[in-house]
Amino acid sequence: MTGSASPLAAYLLVAALLFAIGLAGALTRRNAILVLIGIELMLNAANLNFIAFWRYGPHPEALTGMMFAIFSIAVAAAEAAVGLGLVIAIYRHARTTDLDQMNRMKG
Amino acid sequence: MSVVFYALAALTVAGGLGAVLLKNTVHAALAVAVAFAGLALLFLSLDAQFAGFAQILVYVGAVAILVVFAILLTRASETPAGGVFSSSWLAGLAIAAGVFAVLGWAVLGSAQALPLSAVAPSATVHDIGVALVGRYVLPLEIVALLLTAATIGAVIVALHEKERTR
Repeated sequence: MTGSASPLAAYLLVAALLFAIGLAGALTRRNAILVLIGIELMLNAANLNFIAFWRYGPHPEALTGMMFAIFSIAVAAAEAAVGLGLVIAIYRHARTTDLDQMNRMKG
Repeated sequence: MSVVFYALAALTVAGGLGAVLLKNTVHAALAVAVAFAGLALLFLSLDAQFAGFAQILVYVGAVAILVVFAILLTRASETPAGGVFSSSWLAGLAIAAGVFAVLGWAVLGSAQALPLSAVAPSATVHDIGVALVGRYVLPLEIVALLLTAATIGAVIVALHEKERTR
């Protein structure tokens, strides 16, 4: 299927597949840390789209897609730090990281 | 498409699948590190050297280690009694499959508006540095503020609770 497609479409398909895998992980896993991993995979798939469009786009010298991917990596690192800190705080309070058991707003 | 692309795509997708499907949480974290490394290699194959090495430094280096630390601190490596997937896993899988179907349909069905540039664009570290302190200086400052706030916030959130709340 991708054999005849353009290189841009092949990269976009890989990114779409990775996004779907990350979404499936975020929606189906029970552990909060693995849900965060799924979200990181989705962010990375979006970064691959930015880099692919930068590489095959009309104005690569403007560096727009590249810059967006670099800033996205920085923001995702901040998100991972805060998210894992929240998971550790919740674990300390509720003694679990199981999302099916986190069903109360007031601890 | 070259053999290199197919090998890297297979490596990345296999890492992602392992992160989602493996039962042991530590194994899933290592699989996601493989997926991050595969993505970094895909960036390198797209002639985005700086983004590829930033990906290796930030994701393979920092985020993967942070995830392993969190798993070990929370005893998440023990398999829960009800299985590793949530009770509504079928709905989640259906949503993910639907999203992939729509994305794939959009990618394969869209016409190509512009001829693809065959020559690799040059994005040296010098160009990126000039752009970062020139056109993108305001986003750079905001990201610096965000990273500082996130570091302080993560430490405060993960601090021990006060004695009176115990």
